[in-house]
Amino acid sequence: MSKIDRAKLLDIYTRTMKVNRTDEKFRSLLMQGKVAVMYYCVRGQELVSAAAMAALTDDDYVVCTYRGQGEQTAKGIPPELWWAECLGKVTGTCKGKGGTMHITYPEKGIMVTTGVVGSGLPIATGLGMASQNNGDGKVTLVSFGDGAANIGGFHEAMNMAQLYKLPVVFLCQNNRYGEHTAFADHTSSESISSRAAGYGMRGVLVDGNDVNQVYPAVQEAVDRARAGEGPTLVEAMCYRMMGHFFGADFSYMPKEHLAEMQREDPLPKLRAVMLDHQFSEEELDAVVADIDAEIDAAVAAALAAELPGPEELAIDVFETPLVEAH
Amino acid sequence: MAEITLAQALNKAIDEAMAEDAGVFCLGEDVSAKQGGGVFKITSGLTEKYGAHRVRATPISETAIVGAAVGAALAGQRPIAEIMLMNFVGVCMDQIVNHAAKLRFMSGGQTNVPLVIRTTTGVGVGFGGQHSDMLEAWFAHVAGIHVVTPSNAADARGLMRAAIDCNDPVIFIENILCYGLKAEDPGPGYRVPLGKAAVARVGSDISLITYGRTVIDALAVADELAKEGISVEVIDLRTIAPYDEATVLASVRKTGLAITLHEAVRPFGTGAELAANIQEKCWDSLKGPVRRIGGTFSPVPFATVLEQAWIPNKGQIIGQIKAALGKG
Repeated sequence: MSKIDRAKLLDIYTRTMKVNRTDEKFRSLLMQGKVAVMYYCVRGQELVSAAAMAALTDDDYVVCTYRGQGEQTAKGIPPELWWAECLGKVTGTCKGKGGTMHITYPEKGIMVTTGVVGSGLPIATGLGMASQNNGDGKVTLVSFGDGAANIGGFHEAMNMAQLYKLPVVFLCQNNRYGEHTAFADHTSSESISSRAAGYGMRGVLVDGNDVNQVYPAVQEAVDRARAGEGPTLVEAMCYRMMGHFFGADFSYMPKEHLAEMQREDPLPKLRAVMLDHQFSEEELDAVVADIDAEIDAAVAAALAAELPGPEELAIDVFETPLVEAH
Repeated sequence: MAEITLAQALNKAIDEAMAEDAGVFCLGEDVSAKQGGGVFKITSGLTEKYGAHRVRATPISETAIVGAAVGAALAGQRPIAEIMLMNFVGVCMDQIVNHAAKLRFMSGGQTNVPLVIRTTTGVGVGFGGQHSDMLEAWFAHVAGIHVVTPSNAADARGLMRAAIDCNDPVIFIENILCYGLKAEDPGPGYRVPLGKAAVARVGSDISLITYGRTVIDALAVADELAKEGISVEVIDLRTIAPYDEATVLASVRKTGLAITLHEAVRPFGTGAELAANIQEKCWDSLKGPVRRIGGTFSPVPFATVLEQAWIPNKGQIIGQIKAALGKG
């Protein structure tokens, strides 16, 4: 049995399924040609995002990447605002000016979604620095992939965060591929978490497909950060069950790898844990049905929403709108 | 009022901003008291007053310095990040260009980045190719960043306060050769609004549009030519981008001739943008083509003789002015 209490398990399950149903819906809309935008699938990584967001408060900060649907949805961006942004509508979180790769929603702590691999880590360090400076008690969690661990900003941010003992959780979702290149072909070390030692930082390696590993690990990292005990690097092993982006070829993934990720799929595993804890099939199905209804309504509203007008080009460049484009 | 140097002016502006607003803090290499308050002493005395959290000496990590400043700014603080020398911005351009500059727009105005990046540079001190460049055009080309540079101590104090007040990112360029310039101290609370040029000298025959250290050369040349009966109007942009178009165009419409002058290399420099805009908007007032003066299109050399040949000099400025006036 899990050490996670039933209420928290249900919370994690609900967030996980929100992420999964959003992903399924997005892929279905793309397949049907109803929308045509860049979308980075999160199939296989739903649980890591959901469990991590379940360890944070609404006020805690999150920095994520273009493959950030999981964090965004699980942290609680209202679906109607999220879908409208992804469809480039003026009713979106960012008035259609950010898009799928730049979703922002400070009201729920989603401060930056970056389209540049590894750039979120230094920014998260700064959010943590602000919290240390003003004592607001917030924790910042930055999510990134294994590919991000090989860019300079990773190293600079890890060193700086540990140097100042900042309240930051570095969550590496090791999905075994950096863009189209397999982990062993882009990283010289056996794991990312082992690098934490090089910065004098706490490093933790967990199975991201097992709720009983990933949630307690992130929760402990969050608690330590909040208590002033400094940052942690949590590496959650998981699988990216689709290509780099929707429509991308992933035939380069070896057959054994494909079979392995089917075996390790976090969703049936989580379902089994829920059933073990006396949640009924009906209860769990009802959770999903509610989520689907909410998503369908949000998508319908987003499809019907207004497009941004050209005046938006002069707004939000600077605080004062531009009078004339130079 | 007492005289202050440009370096002291910057220190005073930062000091008073930190005293007024607990969200203002400095970070950068060697900026704290332990290292002597910055390599040019601009942050000296601040650690003693405001503590180590608000004057953070950082590792040599430009990406983390600017990235952390962006993050802290998103959380509502007002960081002043120091990039020791302007050429080092090459290390952290992603954080400046893709993040600091764009987050307000990409978030639809939900977030903003009230960040000042102080940086130093300048040709004429023998620092060679990687410590001397004026790179303002790189930033002027990016929507969402203010680019500022003072030419005198009073403006330095006022521009720094305005930069710290600004709710968007500001690149604040300091010239090593200008730190010792003295002026009457404009006093506490003094601000020079961003985006407002100064008519540094009123004239009627030709407009010389410049900023930063070359303002000193421009004023010296104007003095010299006045003796020959040539009246040069000197415009000090102070804010390079977005610049004070109204003041520039009004001056050119009055004089009918314009020369742009900067230390940065001439090709694709800010002078090219100024010249193009002047020609589009003041064509009917112009008596001749807009001329551009800038540094030589080569890396900044080391040997003093080469460095002096590289940098735009007073003789060149006088020559261009006389040629424009048909007195060459």
